[in-house]
Amino acid sequence: MQPEKPIVIRKEVVRRGSADEFLKGLWRENPVFVQVLGMCPVLAVTNSAINALTMGLATAFVLLLSNLLVSCLRHYIPPQVRIATFILIIATFVTVVDYLIQAISLEIHKSLGAFISLIVVNCLILGRAEAFASRNSIGRSLLDALGMGAGFTFALLCMGGVREILGGGTLFGVALFADNYQPWVVMILPSGGFFTLGAWLLLFNRIKQRQQRKQPRLQARLQEMGSEQ
Amino acid sequence: MNDLRKTLEISTSPHIASGRSVEDIMRNVVWALLPATAFAIYAFGIGALLTLSVATLTCVATEHLLCRGGGRRSTVGDWSAVVTGLLYGLTLPPGLPLWMVVGGGVVALALGKYLFGGLGYNAFNPALVGRAFLQAAFPAAMTTWTPALAPERFQVLPSSTLTLPFMTPDYSLTAADGVTGATPLALMKFDQQPTGTYDLAFGFTGGSMGETCGVLILLGGIWLVARKMMNWRIPAAIFGTVIILSALFNGLDPARYPGPWFTLFSGGLMLGAVFMATDMVASPMTSLGVVIYGIVIGALIIVIRFWGGMPEGVMYAILLGNALSPHIDALTQPRVFGYKSGLKSERYHEDYRQ
Amino acid sequence: MKIIASDKQPAWIVYRALVGVGLVCALMIVSVFLLTLSAIEKNRSEALAQAIFTVLPGANTKLAFALTGGEHFVVADANTDASDAEAVIHAGYGAHGQLIGVAIEAQGMGYQDTIRILYGYIPDRQVIAGMQVLESKETPGLGSKIETDKSFLKNFSQLDVSLTAEGSAIKNAIVAVKPGQKTEPWEIDGITGATISSKAVAGILRASTRRWIPLVQRHLQVFHAAGEAHSDS
Repeated sequence: MQPEKPIVIRKEVVRRGSADEFLKGLWRENPVFVQVLGMCPVLAVTNSAINALTMGLATAFVLLLSNLLVSCLRHYIPPQVRIATFILIIATFVTVVDYLIQAISLEIHKSLGAFISLIVVNCLILGRAEAFASRNSIGRSLLDALGMGAGFTFALLCMGGVREILGGGTLFGVALFADNYQPWVVMILPSGGFFTLGAWLLLFNRIKQRQQRKQPRLQARLQEMGSEQ
Repeated sequence: MNDLRKTLEISTSPHIASGRSVEDIMRNVVWALLPATAFAIYAFGIGALLTLSVATLTCVATEHLLCRGGGRRSTVGDWSAVVTGLLYGLTLPPGLPLWMVVGGGVVALALGKYLFGGLGYNAFNPALVGRAFLQAAFPAAMTTWTPALAPERFQVLPSSTLTLPFMTPDYSLTAADGVTGATPLALMKFDQQPTGTYDLAFGFTGGSMGETCGVLILLGGIWLVARKMMNWRIPAAIFGTVIILSALFNGLDPARYPGPWFTLFSGGLMLGAVFMATDMVASPMTSLGVVIYGIVIGALIIVIRFWGGMPEGVMYAILLGNALSPHIDALTQPRVFGYKSGLKSERYHEDYRQ
Repeated sequence: MKIIASDKQPAWIVYRALVGVGLVCALMIVSVFLLTLSAIEKNRSEALAQAIFTVLPGANTKLAFALTGGEHFVVADANTDASDAEAVIHAGYGAHGQLIGVAIEAQGMGYQDTIRILYGYIPDRQVIAGMQVLESKETPGLGSKIETDKSFLKNFSQLDVSLTAEGSAIKNAIVAVKPGQKTEPWEIDGITGATISSKAVAGILRASTRRWIPLVQRHLQVFHAAGEAHSDS
């Protein structure tokens, strides 16, 4: 046996910069394409870009406010009742959003239907409250919510855009093709949501794999450069 | 370890290799489909010939490219892609734009077969997966039927066939009078207008290209059964269920429910029962399971046709049957010799997990 | 990580958290509700008015009427119990308070789910002058054409619902026919690829007109009088 060498594990620095706190939700830890959270709205209301955008913004809004409130109250909420309290807070903001959307446009409210109320059970929001906002400062929680909300909206738009273009030949209601474009009705139907999500996940995993393959080479290059200096 | 393997080869039964291969069976299925294919071309003209060739070529090419792209040996040589392509083509309405034919063919092979792991692993009949996708994506085009036996079918292509990709098909020039035909099922369902059994059985009606002539499809099926390349219990169970149920309801209310002969020879029932439901991979393996599977499909066809919103339900019935078949298999495992019957399911699940 | 303290929290801390958060939330909901109430009601009534004026061309004011006791129409106001939506109809009036027609809501089963429609009846000519789909979940691109297809909607600009001589029933029931085969004024041209949905609309109209048109025709005086009174005040 060789003499035991002390193994040095380099601890990854957990503290991140503010920009990184925001960007992680948008890309590296994207709630939909990486964490695969909140599938109910992702599949159900992304049949047009405008629905996807509204849903994304509504969720982001609820996420932002609930993260803010949870972070503010984090010292006053005992762990035994934290889930109940978080849900209460989230449900409040969902109700608020529901009223606001009704006040802005009944049309959008009608097309989103029950899914606004279902933001309550979007595990993304409870997840962020539990895993992040209840343990971090107000500023960081807000940044986290902004990033995750933006990432969620971005993902929903990716879904809604593809589905509306293929399923209706329009984007945000603007016709993109000639009059006799044949819409792929299936894309607007629920099954189209699964097809589109599958395709996007395929693409994202492909990109991730590529990056991971590049990673060792990149680190080797960096080390070389370091030793040269 | 390596030396041991060289001296003694251990394998499970059966130990006698038969000369029958996948390739052999698949080629025979193609032969069995030829009468129906020939009739399709006779009834729908050069448009059908073109559509069927495109459907088959698309499936074969997709399989080849996917195998290549995935770094595998191409499995085109086993003829299964040809069978899928031909069957898929036969279920399409004549005059379907070729770009839709290509799209559905790619979905059939990629989504219905390759994604599950290729031949032997597909949970659903790939041809029907392709058709189901088209039915959901382009419901209007998939339910517009150019009439059979049009006088100029050997000279001109239906105008809709050559529609540019992503464009809406134009049916106005298809039929001489600008009116497209309805299938016997649609006539019955929406207008209570029955079609004669003779016309139905010999295919002088509108419908999908390969489904109209029930007699020729049966002929192909009988040939396959005679060569022991098809499980006769599946179509027999489907036919039996359909005949009994439709006779029953027809007896109760003849005005609303069609009789057994109409039900048997209309729509895709014949083609589906003989060539689609018998897919060796997607149907159960036990003898009892196969009968249950057939009864389930037959009953579903009747339910969808009689009380559903659509006139035809064979495709969905078979796909649902496919989805059930692993469970039917699990429930109908034969008693293992030496075991009490109560233990069978436990044992089966143990084996299944491994 | 202060929230993960010992399990032996004093009870009052738990109560403080729950009651406090509950109060904050309740306050927030109530205030937002009050703030948005007027906007939401305005949106609702605008949507309704817009639909009514669409199906009754020429109308620019409206009055709601409730059917009481199955036989008498009274002007519905905020106090009238309008829980039974089918029992409320809207009369549309022109610039000088003259009755243009009545808008009636109807619903029935479509291909996917219930279809709710609003149609306008013109008593002078005994025709339906417009139809709008209020709510439907028909297949997008196919059945949903009942909401958008121009040639289908044109069916309802002049749809005959004239009554029999004694005024108790409709002479010719509304029927849907195959696309392009409309020959009579009470027929509706169907939509290619949306046979079931277009037939469903015809069926809803048939059932609703059978019930309402004779009733409305019998009580026309009520609607006329209410309009005159309304424009005077």
